[in-house]
Amino acid sequence: MSYIRPMEGWWKKNPFFLRYMAREATAVFVYLYGLLLVGGLVNLAAGEAAFNGWLAWLRSPVGVGFQLVCLAVFAYHTWSWFVIMPKTMPPVMVAGKRLKGSAITASGVVIALVASLVIFFLTVTP
Amino acid sequence: MPDITVEVLRYQPDTAEAPYLESFTIPYTEDMSVLQGLQYIKDTVDGSLTYRWSCRMAICGSCGMMINGIPELACHTFLRDYAPGPIRVEALNHFPIERDLVIDATDFMEKFPKITPWIEPKVAKKPSEGEYLQTPAELERFEQFSHCINCMLCYAACPQYGLDKDFLGPGLTALLHRYNMDSRDGASAKRMELVHSEEGVWSCTAVGYCSEVCPKQVDPANAVNQNKTKSAVDWFTRFLPGSKP
Repeated sequence: MSYIRPMEGWWKKNPFFLRYMAREATAVFVYLYGLLLVGGLVNLAAGEAAFNGWLAWLRSPVGVGFQLVCLAVFAYHTWSWFVIMPKTMPPVMVAGKRLKGSAITASGVVIALVASLVIFFLTVTP
Repeated sequence: MPDITVEVLRYQPDTAEAPYLESFTIPYTEDMSVLQGLQYIKDTVDGSLTYRWSCRMAICGSCGMMINGIPELACHTFLRDYAPGPIRVEALNHFPIERDLVIDATDFMEKFPKITPWIEPKVAKKPSEGEYLQTPAELERFEQFSHCINCMLCYAACPQYGLDKDFLGPGLTALLHRYNMDSRDGASAKRMELVHSEEGVWSCTAVGYCSEVCPKQVDPANAVNQNKTKSAVDWFTRFLPGSKP
């Protein structure tokens, strides 16, 4: 008779799995932030007063707090997916040599930072 | 010689219903592997301790076990790195335990032939017609995946395999990819049936730990995820005119 060990709590037994679960959990915040943006569209369709109410909520302590949490979570989301990116794509050959995984991760992070900064300066008016 | 305590998860189905931990305190030297520690226990303390091993040089893939919760080859892991201990040694995760550190690999072995782990030439040649030639660039496309030693550490690292035994799993997908990427092979379409299936690559959720624990840097997560892309491309291109269903 062979013995089959239970899987309960598997993700708590290894820091690697904890980081994986944290990465997966970030999707919940992406979903919630998506709902917030849809809420903005609905309020925009409902008229100026409703839209201004939505904007006011964004500026309220709860609204700002939620956005700050989302910002931190999205930063981890971005980082964790760029870490796994080299494992998800075909080999990238540069000058006949295979590009290292760390270079692919670093490129992704740099592109994300630059894109974030460009969007920030395009959308935030003084 | 310093001592180290080795906690072994024992399973003796003839005398106990469930596995239990047993501690052994043994002397060790700087150059002793965990496997040598187990051999010391078997030779001098308890001859009933059961484990698999063969080459002692990380190429046969027999001595995979959980060492402090991480899938490792016992011959490739040194006691000195765990001093002063204790060090816990258990059978590979996600497999049924036969006895002590010996797992039941039936599931892996039954899945093995399903990936057609051999080359089926595109055009069969007689020996008199010469070799199947390959350029270094063509070899490069699959070589890393051919380094797999079937040690199953990646299966012990894969929670998706632990939760769903139908999943083909990382190691065999890497090997499947190895043959599919071989320029001499012509059986890719047959293997892709398995890649597309419920048991295939879509059971993977990109945990990525399989590649971390691989003692041969095969990167099975890469093989699985490259085949997700191939599978998706295959699925969408079937709607294009002239494509085969």
